[in-house]
Amino acid sequence: MSEIKKIKNLKEFSTSADRFEGANLLCPGCAHSIIVREVLNATNDDLILAASTGCLEVCTAVYPYTSWDASWIHIGFENGSSAVAGAEAMYKALKTKGRLKQPDRVPKFVAFGGDGATYDIGFQWISGCFERGHNMMYVCLDNEVYANTGGQRSSSTPIGASATTTPAGRVSYGEKKNKKDMMGIMAAHGAPYVAQVAPNKWKDMVAKIQKGFAAEGPVFINAMSACTTEWKFAPEDTIAISDLATDSLVFPLYEIINGTELNITYRPKNIIPVRDYLGAQGRFKHLFTKQYEYLIDEWQTRVDKEWERLQRREEARV
Amino acid sequence: MADTMELRDIEVWDGNMAASQALRQVQVDVVAAYPITPSTPIVENYAGFTANGYVDGEFVMTESEHGAMSCCIGAAAAGGRVATATSSQGFALMVETLYSASGMRLPIVLNVVNRAIGAPLNVNGDHSDMYMGRDSGWIQLDSYCPQNAYDLNFIAFRVSEDHDVRLPAMVHQDGFMTSHTAQGVHTLTDEAAYNFVGQYKPMNDMLDLDHPVTHGVQTEEDWHFEHKARQQHALMTAVLPKIQAAFDDFEKLTGRKYNIVEAYDMEDAEVAVVCMGTSVETAREVAEEMRAQGIKAGVVGIRVFRPWPLEQLAAVLKDVKAIAALDRSSPHGTVGALFNEISGTLFNTDTKAVLTNYIYGLGGRDLTKAHLVSIYTDLKANADAGKVTTPLQQYIGLRGPKLSFF
Repeated sequence: MSEIKKIKNLKEFSTSADRFEGANLLCPGCAHSIIVREVLNATNDDLILAASTGCLEVCTAVYPYTSWDASWIHIGFENGSSAVAGAEAMYKALKTKGRLKQPDRVPKFVAFGGDGATYDIGFQWISGCFERGHNMMYVCLDNEVYANTGGQRSSSTPIGASATTTPAGRVSYGEKKNKKDMMGIMAAHGAPYVAQVAPNKWKDMVAKIQKGFAAEGPVFINAMSACTTEWKFAPEDTIAISDLATDSLVFPLYEIINGTELNITYRPKNIIPVRDYLGAQGRFKHLFTKQYEYLIDEWQTRVDKEWERLQRREEARV
Repeated sequence: MADTMELRDIEVWDGNMAASQALRQVQVDVVAAYPITPSTPIVENYAGFTANGYVDGEFVMTESEHGAMSCCIGAAAAGGRVATATSSQGFALMVETLYSASGMRLPIVLNVVNRAIGAPLNVNGDHSDMYMGRDSGWIQLDSYCPQNAYDLNFIAFRVSEDHDVRLPAMVHQDGFMTSHTAQGVHTLTDEAAYNFVGQYKPMNDMLDLDHPVTHGVQTEEDWHFEHKARQQHALMTAVLPKIQAAFDDFEKLTGRKYNIVEAYDMEDAEVAVVCMGTSVETAREVAEEMRAQGIKAGVVGIRVFRPWPLEQLAAVLKDVKAIAALDRSSPHGTVGALFNEISGTLFNTDTKAVLTNYIYGLGGRDLTKAHLVSIYTDLKANADAGKVTTPLQQYIGLRGPKLSFF
């Protein structure tokens, strides 16, 4: 078991490793790069990384450049999970056969994918990897939209959001379906560790990533990744928007251990209205009209109920 | 350390067992697979070897063929020997990832037990899946019998893993006809088999923790062209000499001789059948009988389908007068794949041969000796007339009204 990295403060943390370079093509204000740095900086261990097709992939490995100072692979949209699982299988095989070049070092295997790659097209592959119990971490950069291809809805897109394939219009309020409960689904695989994180709560994130790396088996991390381009807010407001998401409980921070034990890891001192979160983003602008305002109340009711459900599950310990 | 297995000099194996034994003997580091008829026993046999300590690599049973090849790609990039098997719809599901494997220049050996592609659903052998792979950038070697399926696996690993090649390779065998037909197979000892392929030599491996690498980058119009051209250059220049060298060494080791193009009775042939898979051996038998009747008949078996052996094939066919290209796949709106390849091969040569196309054996339909007699009879007529006297494309062994085109 490798030593858990000690982290003093944000300043030191943010510069404590440079395995993901600031030099990349992600949009200014994109939360992806913040999350990736937080994940990678949480450990000093060697890393073997994969990325599914998506914003992160196309913006960080444009030949002849790479933003990654750790081994990294991309195959397709759906199979970042399987790529890392294959590398992990090879690690085990070469360990058994005594052919590892650095046998005393134990790398961590991590796959990154957007919500499209995770909730939708790559779902089967992730499920397969988790069922088989590969020793890997899967991080979903959940920006609730197919941002890489220009803003189409995914099954993570929340109800009422205007996306290019579910646009708000004269007779439509946009996305009609609730966001898929990916956390519940992944926990149901019996994974040793499943957690929801947000970049603004970096200490919570680091604690969860370190717990994930310490776990034996597949770990799922759902990271809320505010998207300046598709959520339509100013690039400098990424962390402010993330604060609104976690403090309104639209994106609650919690973990599920061994598929059962649920712990809420962040309880806002002042819970703010969902209205404030929705109002800060262009994708929900149309909800603030007479025609669709009832949806904001429905949103609040849904978030309240979900918070209630999480608290009851936490108490029940089942 | 995995246990070695004592084999008799000749074992009675079907094609699937022959392939499984080859994978065991080269001590593949990672096999990731999803079973599909008729290739399933390759994976089952391998699971048996794993369960009994004859294999000490990782055996990953994935959730789909796409997942299996994705896993193989990750494993190959990590730096070790990798193999899997598939057929038909499973092959079709893998196709996207096949391009990734070759584009990333990763050595992987894929045993393809050839089978029809639905609809209609059919589990039996034809070459639709093999032809579907022909633009995927993989080396494609074709077996005619279980012995070939065994031997060509060793060739495939050796060539694929060569640092001058670094391209994945498929070993094909005919579904059920080869995969489920037991024959005597001359074996190699575990030691001789492993030594022929040698220990895997990693290159740009992700698990070399001191030298991080980036696999599967994004390129657009600025670099994509150069990458694809280099990939094609390696396929067209490096592979055939490496295969030939591997064939030569294999002959020294076993006495079994393989050729890039398998020419039978072609020295003075006037008419020739070009085909693949189990049909080659049937055609060869019929050609001998035709010769007894005074028809100078020959057979050309394609051993290496990709890279296409254009020069070797042109040389073998240069003096014949009539050629039949036999395609075991529905052409779906054109002439057969082999017909097309041979047309392209001969166009700029001095060959004056006329070429016709026979579609046969779809979905496991038998190709009988009588069918081949009729084909040779057609060819003789074409050779004598110096022109095509029959339809350019016709079906053989098809029930109902005769269908022909062109």
